[in-house]
Amino acid sequence: MTQGWVAPHLAAEFPGLGIAWIEVEGSPGRSPEPVRQRLRELSDRFYGSHAIHLRERPIPWAYRVFFRQIGLDPDRTRTPVEQLALDRLRDGGFVTNGLPADALAIATVETGVALRAFDADRLEGALSIRDSAPGESLPGRPGELPRGTLTIADERAPVGLLFGATGEGYGVEKATRRIAIAAVQVGAVPQIAVEEALWMVETTLESGGA
Amino acid sequence: MYVALLQHQPVIVGGDERLARAELRRQIGRLEHHLAALAAEGFPRVEIASGVPAVSREGRALDLGELEALRDALAARVEDGRAALRERVDEDARNRELLDRMLAAPAEHKWLRISRDAVGEPGCGHWHSRPRFGLLGMLMGWWRVRISSGCPLPGRLAAVER
Repeated sequence: MTQGWVAPHLAAEFPGLGIAWIEVEGSPGRSPEPVRQRLRELSDRFYGSHAIHLRERPIPWAYRVFFRQIGLDPDRTRTPVEQLALDRLRDGGFVTNGLPADALAIATVETGVALRAFDADRLEGALSIRDSAPGESLPGRPGELPRGTLTIADERAPVGLLFGATGEGYGVEKATRRIAIAAVQVGAVPQIAVEEALWMVETTLESGGA
Repeated sequence: MYVALLQHQPVIVGGDERLARAELRRQIGRLEHHLAALAAEGFPRVEIASGVPAVSREGRALDLGELEALRDALAARVEDGRAALRERVDEDARNRELLDRMLAAPAEHKWLRISRDAVGEPGCGHWHSRPRFGLLGMLMGWWRVRISSGCPLPGRLAAVER
Protein backbone atom coordinates (compact mmCIF):
# COMPACT_ATOMS: atom_id res chain seq x y z
CA MET A 1 0.00 0.00 0.00
CA THR A 2 1.32 3.42 -0.94
CA GLN A 3 0.37 6.50 1.01
CA GLY A 4 -0.37 9.56 -1.08
CA TRP A 5 -0.01 13.13 0.07
CA VAL A 6 -2.49 15.85 0.91
CA ALA A 7 -1.89 19.54 0.17
CA PRO A 8 -0.61 21.01 3.46
CA HIS A 9 -3.31 23.66 3.82
CA LEU A 10 -5.99 20.98 3.26
CA ALA A 11 -4.30 18.66 5.74
CA ALA A 12 -4.43 21.51 8.26
CA GLU A 13 -8.10 22.17 7.50
CA PHE A 14 -9.16 18.52 7.48
CA PRO A 15 -7.10 16.50 9.95
CA GLY A 16 -7.20 12.83 9.03
CA LEU A 17 -7.76 13.43 5.31
CA GLY A 18 -5.64 11.03 3.32
CA ILE A 19 -5.32 8.86 0.27
CA ALA A 20 -3.71 5.45 -0.04
CA TRP A 21 -3.60 3.13 -3.01
CA ILE A 22 -2.52 -0.20 -4.32
CA GLU A 23 -1.92 -1.46 -7.82
CA VAL A 24 -3.24 -4.77 -9.05
CA GLU A 25 -2.56 -6.52 -12.34
CA GLY A 26 -5.82 -7.02 -14.15
CA SER A 27 -8.41 -5.92 -16.62
CA PRO A 28 -12.10 -5.20 -16.24
CA GLY A 29 -14.48 -8.03 -16.98
CA ARG A 30 -17.37 -10.13 -15.86
CA SER A 31 -17.21 -11.16 -12.21
CA PRO A 32 -16.56 -14.87 -11.71
CA GLU A 33 -19.04 -16.98 -9.76
CA PRO A 34 -17.27 -16.75 -6.35
CA VAL A 35 -17.46 -12.94 -6.49
CA ARG A 36 -21.11 -13.01 -7.57
CA GLN A 37 -21.80 -15.49 -4.78
CA ARG A 38 -20.16 -13.13 -2.32
CA LEU A 39 -22.37 -10.28 -3.51
CA ARG A 40 -25.44 -12.46 -3.00
CA GLU A 41 -24.31 -13.37 0.51
CA LEU A 42 -23.69 -9.72 1.25
CA SER A 43 -27.20 -8.90 0.01
CA ASP A 44 -28.62 -11.51 2.40
CA ARG A 45 -26.76 -9.92 5.30
CA PHE A 46 -27.75 -6.35 4.49
CA TYR A 47 -31.32 -5.39 5.37
CA GLY A 48 -33.34 -2.20 5.48
CA SER A 49 -32.56 -1.85 9.18
CA HIS A 50 -28.85 -1.71 8.33
CA ALA A 51 -29.54 1.12 5.90
CA ILE A 52 -31.57 3.02 8.50
CA HIS A 53 -28.81 2.84 11.09
CA LEU A 54 -25.96 3.15 8.60
CA ARG A 55 -25.29 6.82 9.21
CA GLU A 56 -25.02 6.20 12.96
CA ARG A 57 -22.02 3.93 12.41
CA PRO A 58 -18.68 5.75 12.85
CA ILE A 59 -17.21 5.34 9.35
CA PRO A 60 -20.33 6.14 7.26
CA TRP A 61 -20.97 9.01 9.68
CA ALA A 62 -17.42 10.33 9.13
CA TYR A 63 -17.97 10.46 5.36
CA ARG A 64 -21.35 12.18 5.78
CA VAL A 65 -19.75 14.78 8.02
CA PHE A 66 -16.91 15.32 5.55
CA PHE A 67 -19.42 15.75 2.72
CA ARG A 68 -21.12 18.44 4.77
CA GLN A 69 -17.81 20.08 5.57
CA ILE A 70 -16.88 20.39 1.90
CA GLY A 71 -20.24 21.84 0.97
CA LEU A 72 -21.98 18.75 -0.45
CA ASP A 73 -25.40 17.60 0.70
CA PRO A 74 -25.00 13.89 1.49
CA ASP A 75 -28.75 13.41 0.99
CA ARG A 76 -28.29 14.37 -2.67
CA THR A 77 -24.67 13.49 -3.43
CA ARG A 78 -24.56 10.19 -1.59
CA THR A 79 -21.48 8.89 0.15
CA PRO A 80 -20.24 5.71 -1.57
CA VAL A 81 -21.51 3.32 1.11
CA GLU A 82 -24.91 5.05 1.32
CA GLN A 83 -25.26 4.93 -2.47
CA LEU A 84 -24.58 1.20 -2.39
CA ALA A 85 -27.10 0.74 0.45
CA LEU A 86 -29.71 2.67 -1.50
CA ASP A 87 -29.05 0.62 -4.65
CA ARG A 88 -29.29 -2.57 -2.58
CA LEU A 89 -32.75 -1.59 -1.30
CA ARG A 90 -33.94 -0.40 -4.72
CA ASP A 91 -32.67 -3.42 -6.67
CA GLY A 92 -33.40 -6.02 -4.00
CA GLY A 93 -29.75 -7.04 -3.84
CA PHE A 94 -26.25 -5.95 -4.71
CA VAL A 95 -26.29 -6.23 -8.48
CA THR A 96 -23.09 -7.31 -10.21
CA ASN A 97 -21.38 -4.69 -12.35
CA GLY A 98 -18.32 -6.75 -13.20
CA LEU A 99 -14.78 -6.27 -11.97
CA PRO A 100 -13.36 -4.15 -10.50
CA ALA A 101 -16.71 -2.50 -9.55
CA ASP A 102 -17.91 -5.59 -7.62
CA ALA A 103 -14.66 -5.79 -5.65
CA LEU A 104 -14.99 -2.13 -4.70
CA ALA A 105 -18.65 -2.61 -3.73
CA ILE A 106 -17.85 -5.59 -1.49
CA ALA A 107 -15.04 -3.75 0.28
CA THR A 108 -17.05 -0.54 0.65
CA VAL A 109 -20.09 -2.28 2.12
CA GLU A 110 -17.94 -4.37 4.47
CA THR A 111 -15.74 -1.52 5.72
CA GLY A 112 -17.56 1.70 4.81
CA VAL A 113 -14.39 3.11 3.23
CA ALA A 114 -14.69 5.15 0.00
CA LEU A 115 -12.74 3.59 -2.86
CA ARG A 116 -11.91 4.63 -6.40
CA ALA A 117 -10.44 2.73 -9.34
CA PHE A 118 -8.09 4.22 -11.92
CA ASP A 119 -6.09 2.92 -14.85
CA ALA A 120 -2.69 2.62 -13.17
CA ASP A 121 -0.77 2.94 -16.43
CA ARG A 122 -2.27 6.37 -17.04
CA LEU A 123 -1.19 7.71 -13.66
CA GLU A 124 2.12 9.44 -13.24
CA GLY A 125 3.77 9.38 -9.84
CA ALA A 126 2.03 9.56 -6.52
CA LEU A 127 -1.65 10.27 -6.00
CA SER A 128 -2.61 13.25 -3.93
CA ILE A 129 -5.58 15.21 -2.68
CA ARG A 130 -5.31 18.87 -3.54
CA ASP A 131 -7.48 21.73 -4.63
CA SER A 132 -7.54 22.76 -8.26
CA ALA A 133 -5.26 25.50 -9.43
CA PRO A 134 -6.54 28.37 -11.60
CA GLY A 135 -7.00 27.26 -15.19
CA GLU A 136 -7.05 23.54 -14.41
CA SER A 137 -9.78 21.34 -15.78
CA LEU A 138 -10.81 17.72 -15.52
CA PRO A 139 -10.05 15.70 -18.67
CA GLY A 140 -13.23 15.10 -20.64
CA ARG A 141 -15.13 17.87 -18.93
CA PRO A 142 -15.59 21.20 -20.60
CA GLY A 143 -14.48 24.32 -18.82
CA GLU A 144 -12.20 25.08 -15.95
CA LEU A 145 -12.74 23.63 -12.52
CA PRO A 146 -14.00 26.23 -10.05
CA ARG A 147 -11.03 27.43 -8.05
CA GLY A 148 -10.46 25.38 -4.92
CA THR A 149 -12.31 22.29 -6.13
CA LEU A 150 -11.04 19.27 -4.23
CA THR A 151 -9.48 16.77 -6.58
CA ILE A 152 -7.52 13.55 -6.68
CA ALA A 153 -4.46 14.30 -8.75
CA ASP A 154 -1.34 12.57 -9.93
CA GLU A 155 1.91 14.47 -10.34
CA ARG A 156 0.70 16.06 -13.58
CA ALA A 157 -2.95 17.01 -13.22
CA PRO A 158 -6.27 16.19 -11.58
CA VAL A 159 -7.43 12.68 -12.46
CA GLY A 160 -10.80 12.93 -10.76
CA LEU A 161 -12.91 14.96 -8.42
CA LEU A 162 -12.73 13.97 -4.80
CA PHE A 163 -16.07 12.10 -4.43
CA GLY A 164 -17.04 12.91 -7.98
CA ALA A 165 -16.37 12.17 -11.62
CA THR A 166 -13.22 10.47 -12.87
CA GLY A 167 -11.26 12.24 -15.59
CA GLU A 168 -11.70 10.84 -19.09
CA GLY A 169 -9.07 8.26 -19.86
CA TYR A 170 -8.17 7.71 -16.19
CA GLY A 171 -10.98 5.29 -15.42
CA VAL A 172 -10.77 1.52 -15.79
CA GLU A 173 -11.51 0.65 -19.40
CA LYS A 174 -11.19 -2.37 -21.68
CA ALA A 175 -7.57 -1.57 -22.48
CA THR A 176 -6.62 -1.33 -18.79
CA ARG A 177 -3.99 -3.85 -17.72
CA ARG A 178 -3.13 -2.53 -14.25
CA ILE A 179 -5.72 -1.13 -11.86
CA ALA A 180 -4.96 1.41 -9.15
CA ILE A 181 -7.39 1.20 -6.24
CA ALA A 182 -7.40 4.33 -4.11
CA ALA A 183 -8.98 4.70 -0.68
CA VAL A 184 -9.97 8.18 0.45
CA GLN A 185 -9.65 8.50 4.19
CA VAL A 186 -11.45 11.24 6.11
CA GLY A 187 -11.42 12.44 9.72
CA ALA A 188 -12.49 9.62 11.99
CA VAL A 189 -11.83 6.72 9.62
CA PRO A 190 -9.17 4.51 11.20
CA GLN A 191 -6.11 3.48 9.20
CA ILE A 192 -6.89 -0.18 9.84
CA ALA A 193 -10.22 0.18 7.99
CA VAL A 194 -8.43 1.67 4.98
CA GLU A 195 -5.90 -1.15 4.96
CA GLU A 196 -8.65 -3.74 5.30
CA ALA A 197 -10.64 -2.19 2.43
CA LEU A 198 -7.65 -2.20 0.09
CA TRP A 199 -6.67 -5.72 1.10
CA MET A 200 -10.25 -6.87 0.48
CA VAL A 201 -10.28 -5.39 -3.02
CA GLU A 202 -6.88 -6.89 -3.81
CA THR A 203 -7.87 -10.40 -2.68
CA THR A 204 -11.21 -10.18 -4.49
CA LEU A 205 -9.56 -9.09 -7.73
CA GLU A 206 -6.85 -11.73 -7.43
CA SER A 207 -9.29 -14.50 -6.61
CA GLY A 208 -11.55 -13.23 -9.38
CA GLY A 209 -8.72 -13.36 -11.87
CA ALA A 210 -9.27 -9.79 -12.99
CA MET B 1 -21.81 41.55 11.38
CA TYR B 2 -18.57 39.76 12.18
CA VAL B 3 -19.65 36.77 10.11
CA ALA B 4 -20.79 39.00 7.25
CA LEU B 5 -17.40 40.68 7.17
CA LEU B 6 -15.66 37.33 7.09
CA GLN B 7 -17.75 35.85 4.32
CA HIS B 8 -16.03 35.20 0.99
CA GLN B 9 -12.58 35.51 2.52
CA PRO B 10 -9.93 33.09 1.29
CA VAL B 11 -9.55 29.92 3.31
CA ILE B 12 -5.92 30.46 4.27
CA VAL B 13 -5.96 33.14 6.94
CA GLY B 14 -4.88 33.55 10.53
CA GLY B 15 -4.74 30.85 13.17
CA ASP B 16 -7.74 32.18 15.09
CA GLU B 17 -10.00 31.79 12.12
CA ARG B 18 -8.65 28.33 11.46
CA LEU B 19 -9.53 27.41 15.04
CA ALA B 20 -13.01 28.85 14.51
CA ARG B 21 -13.46 26.77 11.38
CA ALA B 22 -12.22 23.66 13.19
CA GLU B 23 -14.72 24.30 15.97
CA LEU B 24 -17.55 24.77 13.45
CA ARG B 25 -16.58 21.52 11.72
CA ARG B 26 -16.67 19.75 15.09
CA GLN B 27 -20.13 21.17 15.74
CA ILE B 28 -21.29 20.09 12.27
CA GLY B 29 -20.10 16.57 13.10
CA ARG B 30 -22.06 16.51 16.34
CA LEU B 31 -25.19 17.87 14.69
CA GLU B 32 -24.93 15.28 11.95
CA HIS B 33 -24.72 12.62 14.65
CA HIS B 34 -27.86 14.01 16.34
CA LEU B 35 -29.67 14.04 13.00
CA ALA B 36 -28.70 10.44 12.32
CA ALA B 37 -29.97 9.37 15.74
CA LEU B 38 -33.24 11.29 15.27
CA ALA B 39 -33.78 9.80 11.81
CA ALA B 40 -33.27 6.29 13.19
CA GLU B 41 -35.52 6.97 16.19
CA GLY B 42 -38.29 8.41 14.04
CA PHE B 43 -38.23 5.73 11.35
CA PRO B 44 -40.68 4.70 9.95
CA ARG B 45 -43.33 6.84 11.61
CA VAL B 46 -41.70 10.27 11.55
CA GLU B 47 -39.61 11.40 8.64
CA ILE B 48 -36.80 13.65 9.79
CA ALA B 49 -35.65 16.08 7.12
CA SER B 50 -31.87 16.20 7.20
CA GLY B 51 -31.18 17.81 3.85
CA VAL B 52 -29.31 21.07 3.77
CA PRO B 53 -28.78 22.50 0.28
CA ALA B 54 -25.28 21.96 -1.04
CA VAL B 55 -23.06 25.02 -0.87
CA SER B 56 -21.27 24.07 -4.08
CA ARG B 57 -21.59 21.52 -6.87
CA GLU B 58 -18.11 20.14 -6.26
CA GLY B 59 -16.45 19.69 -2.91
CA ARG B 60 -14.21 22.48 -1.65
CA ALA B 61 -13.01 23.88 1.67
CA LEU B 62 -15.71 26.20 2.99
CA ASP B 63 -14.98 29.56 4.53
CA LEU B 64 -16.05 30.60 8.01
CA GLY B 65 -19.32 32.21 6.93
CA GLU B 66 -20.36 29.19 4.90
CA LEU B 67 -19.51 26.82 7.73
CA GLU B 68 -21.47 28.96 10.16
CA ALA B 69 -24.51 29.03 7.86
CA LEU B 70 -24.26 25.26 7.46
CA ARG B 71 -23.99 24.75 11.23
CA ASP B 72 -27.07 26.94 11.76
CA ALA B 73 -29.05 25.09 9.08
CA LEU B 74 -28.16 21.74 10.63
CA ALA B 75 -29.05 23.01 14.10
CA ALA B 76 -32.45 24.08 12.72
CA ARG B 77 -32.92 20.61 11.21
CA VAL B 78 -32.12 19.00 14.56
CA GLU B 79 -34.60 21.29 16.33
CA ASP B 80 -37.28 20.57 13.71
CA GLY B 81 -36.61 16.85 14.05
CA ARG B 82 -36.86 16.94 17.82
CA ALA B 83 -40.09 18.93 17.60
CA ALA B 84 -41.55 16.44 15.12
CA LEU B 85 -40.66 13.53 17.40
CA ARG B 86 -42.05 15.33 20.48
CA GLU B 87 -45.26 16.05 18.61
CA ARG B 88 -45.58 12.42 17.65
CA VAL B 89 -44.93 11.26 21.24
CA ASP B 90 -47.58 13.67 22.52
CA GLU B 91 -50.05 12.46 19.92
CA ASP B 92 -49.34 8.84 20.88
CA ALA B 93 -49.94 9.70 24.54
CA ARG B 94 -53.25 11.40 23.72
CA ASN B 95 -54.35 8.41 21.66
CA ARG B 96 -53.35 6.04 24.46
CA GLU B 97 -55.48 7.98 26.92
CA LEU B 98 -58.37 7.86 24.47
CA LEU B 99 -57.85 4.11 24.08
CA ASP B 100 -57.95 3.65 27.87
CA ARG B 101 -61.19 5.61 28.04
CA MET B 102 -62.64 3.58 25.17
CA LEU B 103 -61.68 0.29 26.82
CA ALA B 104 -63.26 1.45 30.08
CA ALA B 105 -66.48 2.67 28.43
CA PRO B 106 -67.00 1.34 24.88
CA ALA B 107 -70.58 2.65 24.70
CA GLU B 108 -69.32 6.19 25.10
CA HIS B 109 -67.00 5.80 22.11
CA LYS B 110 -69.27 4.18 19.56
CA TRP B 111 -67.56 3.02 16.35
CA LEU B 112 -64.27 4.59 17.38
CA ARG B 113 -61.31 2.77 15.87
CA ILE B 114 -57.75 3.28 17.07
CA SER B 115 -54.86 1.66 15.25
CA ARG B 116 -51.73 0.29 16.90
CA ASP B 117 -49.74 2.78 14.84
CA ALA B 118 -51.71 5.65 16.41
CA VAL B 119 -50.49 4.67 19.88
CA GLY B 120 -46.92 3.96 18.81
CA GLU B 121 -47.22 0.17 18.78
CA PRO B 122 -45.74 -1.94 15.98
CA GLY B 123 -48.01 -4.03 13.78
CA CYS B 124 -51.23 -3.48 11.87
CA GLY B 125 -53.88 -4.24 14.53
CA HIS B 126 -56.49 -1.90 15.87
CA TRP B 127 -59.08 -1.49 18.61
CA HIS B 128 -62.62 -0.95 17.46
CA SER B 129 -65.69 -0.10 19.56
CA ARG B 130 -68.57 -2.12 18.04
CA PRO B 131 -71.95 -3.44 19.19
CA ARG B 132 -72.24 -7.10 20.16
CA PHE B 133 -74.70 -9.00 17.90
CA GLY B 134 -74.89 -6.20 15.34
CA LEU B 135 -78.15 -4.28 15.14
CA LEU B 136 -79.57 -5.93 18.25
CA GLY B 137 -76.51 -4.89 20.25
CA MET B 138 -76.81 -1.38 18.90
CA LEU B 139 -80.42 -1.14 20.05
CA MET B 140 -79.66 -2.74 23.42
CA GLY B 141 -76.49 -0.73 24.00
CA TRP B 142 -74.21 -3.80 24.18
CA TRP B 143 -71.00 -2.16 23.10
CA ARG B 144 -67.56 -3.74 23.37
CA VAL B 145 -64.06 -3.19 22.05
CA ARG B 146 -62.84 -5.69 19.49
CA ILE B 147 -59.11 -6.17 18.93
CA SER B 148 -58.18 -7.01 15.37
CA SER B 149 -55.98 -9.99 14.67
CA GLY B 150 -53.11 -7.91 13.25
CA CYS B 151 -51.35 -7.79 9.91
CA PRO B 152 -52.84 -9.66 6.94
CA LEU B 153 -51.14 -12.96 6.14
CA PRO B 154 -49.02 -13.09 2.97
CA GLY B 155 -51.46 -15.55 1.39
CA ARG B 156 -54.34 -13.15 1.78
CA LEU B 157 -52.28 -10.29 0.35
CA ALA B 158 -51.37 -12.45 -2.63
CA ALA B 159 -55.07 -13.21 -3.16
CA VAL B 160 -55.79 -9.48 -3.26
CA GLU B 161 -53.03 -8.99 -5.84
CA ARG B 162 -54.60 -11.70 -8.01
